[in-house]
Amino acid sequence: MLTTASTTLETTMPSPAEQLRETLRARREQKELLLMTHIVLGYPNFDDSLCVVESMVKDGVDLMELQIPFSEPMADGPVILRANAQALAAGATTEQCMRFAERVSAEFDIPFLFMTYYNILFATGVEQFVRTMAEVGIQGAIIPDLPPEEGGEYLSAMKTQGLAPVHIFTPSSSPERLRELAQHSDGLVYCVARKGVTGKDTAFSSDLDAYLARCRESTDLPLALGFGVKSKEDMDFLRGRVDIAVVGSETIRVMEQRGVGAVSAFIEGLNAR
Amino acid sequence: MQHSGYFNQFGGAFIPEILVPTFNQLEAAYLQAKDDPQFWQDYETLMSTYSCRATPITFAQNLTEHFGGAQIYIKREDLNHTGAHKANNVMGQGLITRRMGKRRVIAETGAGQHGVATATMAAKFGFDCTIYMGAVDVARQRPNVFWMEQMGAEVIAVEDGSATLKDAINEAFRDWVTNMDDTHYVLGTACGPYPFPEMVCWLQSIIGKEARQQMLERVGKLPERVYACVGGGSNAMGIFSGFLDDKEVELVGVEAGGRGRGMGHHAARLAYDDAKIGVAQGYKTYFLQNGDGQMQDTHSVSAGLDYVGVSPILADLHERGAARFEAATDDEVVEAMRLTVRKEGLIPALESSHAFVQAFKEAPSMASTDVILINQSGRADKDIFTVADAIDDPKWKQFIINKAEEYRRADNSIDNTGDDHA
Ligand SMILES: Cc1ncc(COP(=O)(O)O)c(C=O)c1O
Repeated sequence: MLTTASTTLETTMPSPAEQLRETLRARREQKELLLMTHIVLGYPNFDDSLCVVESMVKDGVDLMELQIPFSEPMADGPVILRANAQALAAGATTEQCMRFAERVSAEFDIPFLFMTYYNILFATGVEQFVRTMAEVGIQGAIIPDLPPEEGGEYLSAMKTQGLAPVHIFTPSSSPERLRELAQHSDGLVYCVARKGVTGKDTAFSSDLDAYLARCRESTDLPLALGFGVKSKEDMDFLRGRVDIAVVGSETIRVMEQRGVGAVSAFIEGLNAR
Repeated sequence: MQHSGYFNQFGGAFIPEILVPTFNQLEAAYLQAKDDPQFWQDYETLMSTYSCRATPITFAQNLTEHFGGAQIYIKREDLNHTGAHKANNVMGQGLITRRMGKRRVIAETGAGQHGVATATMAAKFGFDCTIYMGAVDVARQRPNVFWMEQMGAEVIAVEDGSATLKDAINEAFRDWVTNMDDTHYVLGTACGPYPFPEMVCWLQSIIGKEARQQMLERVGKLPERVYACVGGGSNAMGIFSGFLDDKEVELVGVEAGGRGRGMGHHAARLAYDDAKIGVAQGYKTYFLQNGDGQMQDTHSVSAGLDYVGVSPILADLHERGAARFEAATDDEVVEAMRLTVRKEGLIPALESSHAFVQAFKEAPSMASTDVILINQSGRADKDIFTVADAIDDPKWKQFIINKAEEYRRADNSIDNTGDDHA
């Protein structure tokens, strides 16, 4: 792990979670629908990951989810699954991901979150992992296989470091469950648009409205919606319904089919009004 | 859920949020079935009329004389319909699926035994069925794939990751998070998120219940030691659970030693010291992983034992010293199997033969008044290709060559007729 001297947050300095909330609030004043993108670190290699971050920030992406690859990405569909496997086959390590995070959060002025599976934290030691996260400038994390019932150590470490744990709302979650998840979340909540894994199509229709209303009622945090968002039409649909649109698999698909250079035009297209 | 599903530090339910209601429903159905004496009665009736329960214990007289030590008894799970203990778990989960009102089942399979058992159950209960199987396993267990497809199951070869059991489990979960409303995931071993480990052990405990009673009736005493192979741990927990309260009975789990020690060469999570505690596939246990927590490749001659994790219940027994864990290497396994076939006319699956290896190592130094019990979890019909290769049987090879020639000729003549009509 990184050996940067551990940062003790002064009480006067806003915590990373507070900074995240403030950034999102300020950006939302300028823009009705924010765009969060998701990339798999080290896929196809760290140089390309850096180029993608650079181009996304330039093209107006508002925040990014950086996935630390894991060998068993249970909640991910074929595109992200293979990106995980190939990043690992190319030798990506947690340590490299931390260094990458340190670099991009120093260089680019948008919030970065980690997305990964619990074993990545557990193998390092949850407390140490979270401390390093804070040191490298990551503001929050999404751990899809860690429900709050199992997340005691994680949640208290995140709290100590002032980081934002982001939980996942789903269409099958009961109103009580949504409130429970919201209580344990900070920064934003991630609403999945449908059942299933990442990377499959979603038919965006007003059927979503009742679910999104339930999400709204459960929290004051900004709502991010992901799973299947991939076009300007999807963005237009989501504008006014949620605060943040999440684009994951589609960017990877664009990169695979048309190269890293094509990502910029794709993002510009999404953000076009 | 009402319970957390921990066995000291092992177990739990690390599930994606979308499955929370599904797990609540499953836990409720499981606890209800467990509380309902009628359920167990229906289960025993089903198993005694559709499968071969109670399976007998067999005294292996020739092996006993050969080793000249402890008396060797064998619990015959190979006599279950579909040839392995997997049927116990599957039929029980079939009854639970029906109670939940679901119409489709999915399952992962390694050796294919659990897949065949699930396909059988689906055919009998009238469920739709999809089986996920690592592409490597599809290639080495074609006979089981053949039967699954005959029974109407769709078999999906999983190419991702190491293309073995763990990858099939991931893929089954991906199906489940999409189709949970009408689909039950019939997990095949005592692993995965709570309530699976506990529920599977409960259904498999029928082995141990019978075995304990049979030992008392037939032999007049409990065995000194009980041996079972350990993949995920369901047959081991099944037989062990009959003797957990009998402190004088030593429980011995035998894992896949493969080519011997060293990461990548085996699948011994407890017997060797390459595994570390981690969380994957929804639960906490010992996993064969690297320092970053990435799962590593495993190896075993038997497709059913090469899993990266192990039942949290066994991990706990291991930690508490309530069971002992050993490993048997590929070569030892084939040798023990050949000896058992030759001496007793029994055909233990390569998985089961791991248990025989350890029993054979220990029997000679035990007293002739001592009794040991081996769980023969399955029979080796499915392993005929692997075993024939290991034994390097020239007549088998010639048979396959001839068969291939026959198919090729038939193919050519079809092609030719095709051309004629073109
Ligand atoms: C015959 C047989 N025995 C044992 C196993 C290992 O599974 P478990 O450890 O759950 O009993 C398998 C798995 O496929 C099997 O087919």
